[in-house]
Amino acid sequence: MADMKIEVPRLQRDAFADKQCHRAHADHMETINLPPELVDNWQQRALEKMEQLLGRYRSLRDYLDICVRCGSCADKCPFFLGTGDPKNMPVARAELLRKVYRYYFTAAGWLPDLGRAEPLTEEVLNEWYTYFYQCSECRRCSVFCPYGIDTAEITMAAREIMASIGVANKYITEVLANVYRTGNNIGIPAPAWADNLEFLEDDIQEDTGVDVKMPVDQEGADVLLVPPSADNFVNLDTMMGYGKVFHAAGISWTTATYASEAANFGLFLDFNNMKKVNKRIIDAARRLKVKRIVFGECGHAWRVALYMNTLNGPLDFLEVPNPIHCTEFTLDLLKRGAFKLDKSANDEYVVTYHDPCNIARAGGPLEPPRELIRASCNRFEEMPENTTRINTFCCGGGGGLLSDEHMDVRMAGAKMRAMAVQTTNANYLATMCAICKAQLKKVNTHYKLGVEVEGVHGLFGRALVLNGNQEV
Amino acid sequence: MDSVSLIFNVLAYLALAIFWVGVGYRLWVWAETPVPLKIPTTPAPETLSGVTARMAGEVVLFRSLFRGDKALWLGGWTFHGALLLILLKHLRYFLFPVPAWIAGLNHIGVYAGEFILIPLLFLLVRRFTLEQVRYISVLSDYLVLLLLIGIALTGLAMKFVAGVDVVAVKAFMLGIITLSPTAMPASTWFLFHFSLVLLLLVYFPFSKLLHAGGVFVSPTRNQRDDGRIRRYVNPWDYPAESGEVTTFGGG
Ligand code: HEM
Ligand code: SF4
Ligand code: SF4
Repeated sequence: MADMKIEVPRLQRDAFADKQCHRAHADHMETINLPPELVDNWQQRALEKMEQLLGRYRSLRDYLDICVRCGSCADKCPFFLGTGDPKNMPVARAELLRKVYRYYFTAAGWLPDLGRAEPLTEEVLNEWYTYFYQCSECRRCSVFCPYGIDTAEITMAAREIMASIGVANKYITEVLANVYRTGNNIGIPAPAWADNLEFLEDDIQEDTGVDVKMPVDQEGADVLLVPPSADNFVNLDTMMGYGKVFHAAGISWTTATYASEAANFGLFLDFNNMKKVNKRIIDAARRLKVKRIVFGECGHAWRVALYMNTLNGPLDFLEVPNPIHCTEFTLDLLKRGAFKLDKSANDEYVVTYHDPCNIARAGGPLEPPRELIRASCNRFEEMPENTTRINTFCCGGGGGLLSDEHMDVRMAGAKMRAMAVQTTNANYLATMCAICKAQLKKVNTHYKLGVEVEGVHGLFGRALVLNGNQEV
Repeated sequence: MDSVSLIFNVLAYLALAIFWVGVGYRLWVWAETPVPLKIPTTPAPETLSGVTARMAGEVVLFRSLFRGDKALWLGGWTFHGALLLILLKHLRYFLFPVPAWIAGLNHIGVYAGEFILIPLLFLLVRRFTLEQVRYISVLSDYLVLLLLIGIALTGLAMKFVAGVDVVAVKAFMLGIITLSPTAMPASTWFLFHFSLVLLLLVYFPFSKLLHAGGVFVSPTRNQRDDGRIRRYVNPWDYPAESGEVTTFGGG
C-alpha cells in the first residue's frame, strides 16, 4: 500500500514537559535491588554510573560522539509527531544526555557555549525523567539515521543511570517486583495460573468438542511455551490458539509457573534486572527438561529472548536455533501440512496487522505472522508502507509507558498508528505483543477505530479445524 | 627560512600531531569499548558479506539518510562527493611523482571546489530556516560549515583572484611531509587557506566530524543478526545472582 501522508507538527515548546509517570515505590525498588529513593550524593553517583556505561557500551559512546544534528530522525518519532514537543525529537532527546556527557567527559566541556555542554543539575534530572519516559525505545529513529544512531540505546542508558540513583517509574519497577514475587508481571500466583488454563481447556471443549490440554509444569515436554501472562488472562483467544496449535500438531508442550511471563521489563530499566528476569526462563527450561523454548506473542520479550544465549548461556541443552518465535514455529508446522484450516471461520473480519516495534526492528519475524494471517482469513489489508515492517509506528505504550497516569502521552504517541489503521477497512487489528494489545484497545476507543484487537494466534486458532489432526 | 614560514611549519606539525593523536585516541576508545549485545536494526544481514554490503550502502550512498530526508540526502551526498574529489585532487601536492589518475582529476577537482559551495550553503541555510533543525543546532554546527565554506572560498581565490605558484606550494607541502621544512609560498590567499585547513585538522578529533570513523563502528549497522546461530559473548558478563530470584510461586 502507498505511503500515508504524515503531518509534521509545528514545535510546541514544553508542550509535554509536565507529563511525568508516577515515581517508583520504595519497596518495589528494594525488591529489584535499587535504591528506594533519590540517594544523597546522587550527582556523583549518576556520573559514576554514566562513566561505567560509557565503558561498557560502544553504542552509547559512539552515538553520543558522532551525531551531526542533521535532523533526519527528528520527524520520525511517534512521540514527537503526536506531541509536537521538540524534546521528543530523537536527536533532541539524545541531546539531553549528550549535553551532560559533553560537560563532564569531553574537551567540549571547556567551551560550553560552542557545543551545548551542561552540568547535571536537578533541573536536568527532572527533564531526563520526563523525556526518557516519553520514549518507548521503539528504534524507529535509528532506521532513518545515517549512522544508525539508536536513541533507544541512549534512553536505556539514561534510565539505567537514573535507576542507579533511585529514580524510576512506578509501572516498570512494580512489574519487575511482581515477576520476582510470582513469576509474572501481573502478580498471579501459580495456582491461579493453572486454574485459568483449565478454564480455557473447558472453553475449547465446549466450543469444539475436542479435548485440548493446556499443561502446566510438565516435566519432559518437548516445548516450553513462554507467553506473556496477559495471554492467559486477557487475550484468551491467543492463549487458546497456542494450545490448539500444539494439539493439532501433536507436540508435547508445557507452560511453567516459574516463568509464566515472557515479558522482561529489565530491558526498560537496567541490565542487571534484565539478566535476572531472563535467567528464570532458562532455569525453568532446564528443570522441565524441554528441548526448545517457544516465545508467545510479546514484542520486547522477543528482543530479550534473542539476547538469551548471551545473557545466560551457553544453552547447550536446547536445540539450535533457540529460542523460537511462536509464529515461526506455527508457520513451519503449517508448511509441513500439520493443520487443516477453515478461513471462513474468520469471514466476519477484515484483518490488518500491526508490527510491534521490537519484533520489526529488533529481530523479526516480519513475514511469518502475515503468512499465518493470510492462511486464516479471507480478507487481509496492509496498512501504509511507511507505517509497517521496518517503518512501523509504535503503539504508543511500549518501553514501560503503559500506565494509566501516562494516558496523554500514550494516546499522543499512538496517533500515527491510529491514523494508519484508519486508512484501512479493518475491523480486526491483529498484533503479536501483549503491551500493544492492551494499548491498542485504549487507542481503539480514543480514536474510534472500530476494531477488535487480538493476537495472530487468536485468529489462527479460530480457523484451525481440530478434528483434522494429523501426524507430522 | 623567514619567520612566517617558520611559524607555519611549526603550526603545521602541531596541527598534524593533534589531528593524528586525537583521531587515533578517539578510534582507540571506540575500539576498546565492548559491545555487550547484538543490537542490529533488523532486518539485518546474517553474513559478513551481507554486513559489508549494508555498510557500503551507508557510507557510499547514505542509504538511511535517503530514506529519512531526500533533500538533505541530495545536499549531503553531493557535498561529501565533492569533498572527496577535492581531497583526491589535493594529493597531487603530496605525492611525487603524481599518479596519472590523480593528475587526471585536476579539472574535475576544480569544478568540485566551485560546486561544493552550493551544498554547503544549502546545509547552512537549512540550519537557519527549518524550525526543527534550528532547534537542535548548536553553535559549532554553524561554525564548522562556515569553516568549510571559508576553506573553499580561499582555495578558489587562489585560482580566480590571485594565482599562486603551485610549484612552490608543492615544495612546501613535500617539505612538511618529508620532515625537511622549506619556505612557504608567498601568497596571502594561500596563508588564509592553509591556516583554515590547520584549524579544521585541530578541530576534527574533538568534533562531530568524527562521524567519518564512527559510522563504521555503529553496532546497529555493522553487526550480523546471527545471535541465535552462534552464541555471542558479552565481554564484561558476570554471573546472575540467581539466589535473589528464587521466591516464585511454583515450578
Ligand atoms: C566516511 C566518510 C564520511 C561519511 C560516510 C560521511 C557521512 C555524512 C552524513 C551521512 C552526513 C549527514 C547528512 C549531511 O549533512 O550530509 C554528514 C554530515 C556532515 N559531514 Fe560527513 N561523512 C564523511 C566524512 C566527512 C568528512 C571527512 C568531513 C569534513 C571534513 C565531513 C563533514 C561533514 C559535515 C560538516 C556534516 C554536517 C552537515 C550539516 O551541517 O548538516 N564528513 N556526513
Ligand atoms: S526510540 Fe522511538 S520513541 Fe524513542 S526517540 Fe526513537 S523513535 Fe522516538
Ligand atoms: S539522524 Fe542521526 S545524525 Fe542526524 S540528527 Fe538524528 S541521530 Fe543525529
